[in-house]
Amino acid sequence: MKTRKVYMDNNATTPLHPQVKEEMIKAMEVFGNPSSLHQFGRAAKAMMQEAREKVASFIGGSPEEIIFTGSGSEANNTVLSILVCHSRECDCSKVGKFRRIITTVIEHPCILETAKCLSDRDIKVSYLSVDQYGKVRIEELEDELKKGPALVSIMTANNEIGTIQDIKQISRLVHQYGSLFHTDAIQAVGKIPVAVNDLEVDFLTLSGHKVYGPKGIGALYVRRGTPFCPLIRGGHQESGRRAGTENTLGIVGFGKAVEMRKEEMPSEHERLLLFKERLKDGLKKNIDHIYFNGHPQDCLANTLNVSFPGAEGEAILLYLDLAGIAVSTGSACASGSLDPSHVLVAIGIPIEYAHGSIRISMGRNTTLEDIDYIIEIMPGIIKRIRNMSTVEVGGKRNG
Amino acid sequence: MANKIDWVYSERLKEHFLNPRNILEDEDSYQEDGKGIVGNIKCGDQMMVVIKVDKAKGIITDCKWKTYGCASAIASTSILSEMVKGMTLEDAYYISAKDIARELDGLPEHKIHCSVLGDKALRAAINDYYRRNGMEDKIKKEEARIVCQCLNITDREIEEAVLNGARTYLELQERTKIGTVCGQCKEETLDLLAKYISEHFSEDKKEKLENINKKKSE
Repeated sequence: MKTRKVYMDNNATTPLHPQVKEEMIKAMEVFGNPSSLHQFGRAAKAMMQEAREKVASFIGGSPEEIIFTGSGSEANNTVLSILVCHSRECDCSKVGKFRRIITTVIEHPCILETAKCLSDRDIKVSYLSVDQYGKVRIEELEDELKKGPALVSIMTANNEIGTIQDIKQISRLVHQYGSLFHTDAIQAVGKIPVAVNDLEVDFLTLSGHKVYGPKGIGALYVRRGTPFCPLIRGGHQESGRRAGTENTLGIVGFGKAVEMRKEEMPSEHERLLLFKERLKDGLKKNIDHIYFNGHPQDCLANTLNVSFPGAEGEAILLYLDLAGIAVSTGSACASGSLDPSHVLVAIGIPIEYAHGSIRISMGRNTTLEDIDYIIEIMPGIIKRIRNMSTVEVGGKRNG
Repeated sequence: MANKIDWVYSERLKEHFLNPRNILEDEDSYQEDGKGIVGNIKCGDQMMVVIKVDKAKGIITDCKWKTYGCASAIASTSILSEMVKGMTLEDAYYISAKDIARELDGLPEHKIHCSVLGDKALRAAINDYYRRNGMEDKIKKEEARIVCQCLNITDREIEEAVLNGARTYLELQERTKIGTVCGQCKEETLDLLAKYISEHFSEDKKEKLENINKKKSE
C-alpha cells in the first residue's frame, strides 16, 4: 500500500522552492571566491550582491546592513556575544558597557544557551515570563528596563506555538530606556510581513531554510550605526563582520527564496488561516479533551499546537508517521531529554498536556486534501493510544 | 530517494507498536491475582501490569497491561506480556529492562531507562500477588527499590553496575544515567555505591561475588 505523504513540519524546515533550486543549479557554475579581484571572483561577488539586495529589500533594510551567517543560530549567537567583547579596537564599546541581557523564557535554545553561557562571564541575564498565550508582559519588560541599559532579545514569533509578540511596541519601549533591541525573526520572516524600519529594531535574525531556501545560510540585520563586534574573526568578508569565505550558493538560494516569498506570501496567508480553522474544527468535532496552545489571534497562520491529554506525544508522532503525516512534538520522549517543551511549560499548561502535544506547521505546499487527511486519521490514533493508556482522560487515575 | 528509509526503531518494535498484544481493555471486570503500577505521567511514562497466576504451580498464566508513554514504552510492555506467559514467578522476577530491550532487537541506551518500565511493573505485580497470598517473605529479599525517580533506576541496577565495574559516581552515571535529570538522589546513590562496593569487593566478600555471578549465569 502506498501511503500518502503529508509534510506538516514546516517550522522545522521547508522544502526547497523549485525556482530556488533552479537558481542554485545555475549558480553552481560560478565557483570563484567573491574576494578575488579577477573575473571569476567578480562574477561570484556580483551574484552575491544581487542576493544581498533581495534579502535586504525583503525586510526593508539596505544591503550593507545584511551580514550573511552560517545559520540563524550563528546570527543569534553573534548578537548576544557582542556584550563580552573587551577589545578597544572594536566598534562595540558602547554595547560593551551594557553588561546586561533581557530576554524571555520562550526563546529558541540558541538564545537561551548563549545567554546562559554569557551569564558565567559577568553578564547579568533577566528572563521575562510570558502569559498563558505566550505573550511578553510589557510592564514586566519595563520594570527590567528601569534597572539600566541592556541588550534586549525577544523573538518575533515563537517556533512551537506560533505566538507573535508586539515587536513595534516592545522596541519603542526598549529605545525609550536607551537600550538596544534584537529580535529573532526566524519563524516570522516569510510568514508575516517583517519590516525593520516599521518594527524599529536594531538587530534582526532570519534564516534561509525556513523560507524554502537552502540550509546552512542565515542572516543578521544590523542597523547602520549600531555597535557591532564579529563572532568569527580573521577575514574581511561581510565588511569584516563575519570572517570566512562566503557560502555563495546558499546566499543565492536565500536571495531567490525571499524573492519568491514576496510573491507568494500574501495569498498564502489567507489560505492557511482557512486551513487552520478547518483543521481545528475537524479535530475538535472528532476528539474529546483537546486543547489548543498559543495565542488565539496573534499567531502564525501556519502553526497549530495542540495537546491531547492521555496520549503521549512521541507515540502520536510515530503513529502519524506510519500514516505518512510528519509533525513534531513537545514531548520529552522525542527530544532526547526528559523535559517536555520549555515553551509549553512556560505558558503554564499542565506537564502531562505538554507531553501529549503535537505541532502541526503547514506550508506553501499544504492542500485542503492534506488537512482533511489529518482530520480523518488523527481521531483513530488518539483513541487507540488513549485506549491503552493508564491515564484516564478527565478520570480518576492520575500519576 | 529509492533507498528504503529505516524506521526510528527496530522492525520488531514497530510491529509491536502497530499491533500491541494483551492490552487490558476490561480493567473493571478483569480478575487479576496481582497488579503493579510504576512510573509517573509527569515524567512522561506510566505503566500498569496485571497478572493471573496458577497458584499450585507458581506460573503466570495471563498478563495484561496499560501504558502511557512513547512507542518504545508501548512496544516493550507488549512484548513483555508475551514473554511472561507460562513463566514461573521466580523467573519472571529476574527479567530486566535489558532483557526486554534484547527481545525488541535493541533500543537506544537512553530509551532503555526511561521507557522500559515493564520489568518494574511486573515485579510490582508479582509482589502484589505475594502480598495478597501471605507470601511477604518472598518480597523482602528480592524487591528492587527505585532510587532515581526521574529515570526509574533501582538499587538492583546500581548493584549490577557495581558488579560490572562501576566504582565512582561518574562511572555509575555512564552506565545507568542515574541522577542525570534532577540529581536529588545523588546522596542516596553515593551511599548505595559505597555499600555495594564494600559488600562485593572488600577482600572477604570475594566469595560472595562469585556466588552472585554464578547465580546470574544460571
